[in-house]
Amino acid sequence: MNVAVCVKQIPDPAGELALDPSTHTLVREGKLILDDSDSYGVEMALQLVEAAGGGEVTLVSMAPNNETSGLRTALAMGAAKAVLISDEALAGSDALGTAKVLAAAVSRIQPDLVLAATESTDGYTGTTPVQLAELLGWPAVTFAKKVEVSPDSVTVQRQTEAGYDEVVSPLPAVVTVTAGVVEPRYPSFKGIMAARSKPVEELTVADLGLEASAVGAAGARQEVISVQAAEERKAGEIVTDEGDAHQRIVAYLEQIKVL
Amino acid sequence: MDRIWVLAEQRDGEPSTVALELLAAARSFAGTVGAVTWGSGAAEAAATLGEHGATKVYDAGDVGDSLPGPRVAAAIAALIEAEGAPDALLVGQTYDGRDVAGRLSARLDRPVLTNIVGLSAEDGALVSEHAIFGGTQVLKARFTGESPGIFLIRAKSFAAEPAGGGAPEVASIELPDTGATDGAKVKGRHEEERSGPQLDEAAVVVSGGRGLGSAEHYALVEELAGLLHGAPGASRAIVDAGWVPYSHQVGQTGKTVKPTVYIACGISGATQHMVGMKGAKNIIAINKDESAPIFTIADLGVVGDVHTVLPKLIEAIKAHQ
Ligand SMILES: Cc1cc2nc3c(=O)[nH]c(=O)nc-3n(C[C@H](O)[C@H](O)[C@H](O)COP(=O)(O)OP(=O)(O)OC[C@H]3O[C@@H](n4cnc5c(N)ncnc54)[C@H](O)[C@@H]3O)c2cc1C
Ligand SMILES: Cc1cc2nc3c(=O)[nH]c(=O)nc-3n(C[C@H](O)[C@H](O)[C@H](O)COP(=O)(O)OP(=O)(O)OC[C@H]3O[C@@H](n4cnc5c(N)ncnc54)[C@H](O)[C@@H]3O)c2cc1C
Repeated sequence: MNVAVCVKQIPDPAGELALDPSTHTLVREGKLILDDSDSYGVEMALQLVEAAGGGEVTLVSMAPNNETSGLRTALAMGAAKAVLISDEALAGSDALGTAKVLAAAVSRIQPDLVLAATESTDGYTGTTPVQLAELLGWPAVTFAKKVEVSPDSVTVQRQTEAGYDEVVSPLPAVVTVTAGVVEPRYPSFKGIMAARSKPVEELTVADLGLEASAVGAAGARQEVISVQAAEERKAGEIVTDEGDAHQRIVAYLEQIKVL
Repeated sequence: MDRIWVLAEQRDGEPSTVALELLAAARSFAGTVGAVTWGSGAAEAAATLGEHGATKVYDAGDVGDSLPGPRVAAAIAALIEAEGAPDALLVGQTYDGRDVAGRLSARLDRPVLTNIVGLSAEDGALVSEHAIFGGTQVLKARFTGESPGIFLIRAKSFAAEPAGGGAPEVASIELPDTGATDGAKVKGRHEEERSGPQLDEAAVVVSGGRGLGSAEHYALVEELAGLLHGAPGASRAIVDAGWVPYSHQVGQTGKTVKPTVYIACGISGATQHMVGMKGAKNIIAINKDESAPIFTIADLGVVGDVHTVLPKLIEAIKAHQ
């Protein structure tokens, strides 16, 4: 069982996020980290490969400036190798452009299964993995909360509005996993050392045989018109509980006719 | 704008609320509003869709045990081939809506604008509004390429309202065989028991966060929600911790709620949480830290311990009733 995991490397969400004032795209300078959302996919892939009794986990990432720090984290967790697509022509890519790049990379790797997160932390369109599946001509199961594999199929508990559906798909397929489905392991010291020498293949748009006009800002065909501060909601009354705050809440609920 | 289509999910003849919300938006921008629907019961759903402004309903029929994404997207692509592209396709950002939009996007080679919370018309084209960086900023965007623009819109962005429309014209459309992409099949459906209203429809939402201390204490939140005929919600922290299912999550990566009153219990008020609930008419917050950000938007803030305030509140409301 060979599993490819799409991993996004993003600016630290704990820091100040900002849009570039001229291009209106997210500022992605400086160190990037492994998107937390994707750590679940990496962990899931490692567990599936272990359960299948063989195979390896390959990471696929599109990121600026040949950034590898997020990839090293996932390699330290246990992934075998990585493919990194980095090219100036990719700046300003939208989700469909990103999917085109990932599809070309996945076609080279030819895995049995592709895992991704239901949505990334910074852009969170949540459409990239489905677009990827359509471009590959594969089935996809989104919002997985449990995943099991057999040699030729994957069984998924897919989150629904009312509960979950049990979905079975032939392989190859794309599966997106929700946060919290597994407990991502912490890289061990040995893992971190080993990650330093694991192979990271670096590719450009031309290496993938894609036209620069189909990806990046040129291919995005959408534009930001304006960015403004949102209206703020004002604070109301604050009371400190002296043992009777519940009565104040009851009075408030009566006042707004909920009680 | 001339024509807008809405992807209208329905169940047993009842259109989803977000579909009706999108119809209300669509008819304010375009003269002709089409609704694309599927599944058993689609015929009954057509009447309601018409009442809400759909002039034509395209019924793709039953998808059986297929996931809707690939085949419904293929049906829309075929419809566009036959009738020409509408100016816009509005899709509710639901589990299946996102799948259909993504599939269609790749099929037609058209981008998708996602996480939309508002629409307006400028120079004859739709402009989308997005709440970014936890709702602290509003970004406006538009498509620059060929139509149709695909708009993925969050629930509760518009108010559903009947338009007094008559019975729509109903056209059956084909559900093409998409081969390999349709390989995934639903083998079983599991529904969790739910008493009371749905989270994003409820007039009262009582949400719990990490301040509850443990999964067991979530029962206090459920009990209070039940007494007020409301729905229990949650912060992501306790969803990720496995205390409650994801369907309870309120916020940027969960549901948007706009109840009459939102009661936040032991929730700090991270921007990603507040973006999902600050549209509530009234907000009550209980938190033991007086500097918790949730107090900056609460109409009534109680600095106190949820473990003492909630049981007393529950007793007081029981006595009241
Ligand atoms: C605030 C904001 C709003 C945006 N809105 C839109 C929009 O409305 N429409 C649009 O088309 N684009 C939009 N973008 C751009 C979009 O985020 C990027 O194109 C991004 O490269 C892919 O989309 P995503 O991050 O939303 O991915 P998602 O679809 O949310 O990602 C899901 C998963 O796909 C995989 N994946 C995604 N990107 C990569 C990658 N670069 N490398 C490896 N795996 C990856 C990961 O597993 C990821 O967890 C927006 C960006 C920002 C910052
Ligand atoms: C990309 C992204 C998307 C996200 N999406 C969401 C989302 O959709 N929804 C969401 O909720 N979060 C989301 N988050 C997470 C968010 O940033 C916060 O981490 C989360 O909301 C915190 O949950 P919390 O308030 O329950 O926990 P905490 O922040 O830990 O707050 C607990 C609060 O409880 C109080 N407390 C503790 N004990 C008591 C007591 N005994 N009595 C009363 N009060 C007490 C504390 O003072 C504290 O304020 C997202 C984060 C990211 C990065």
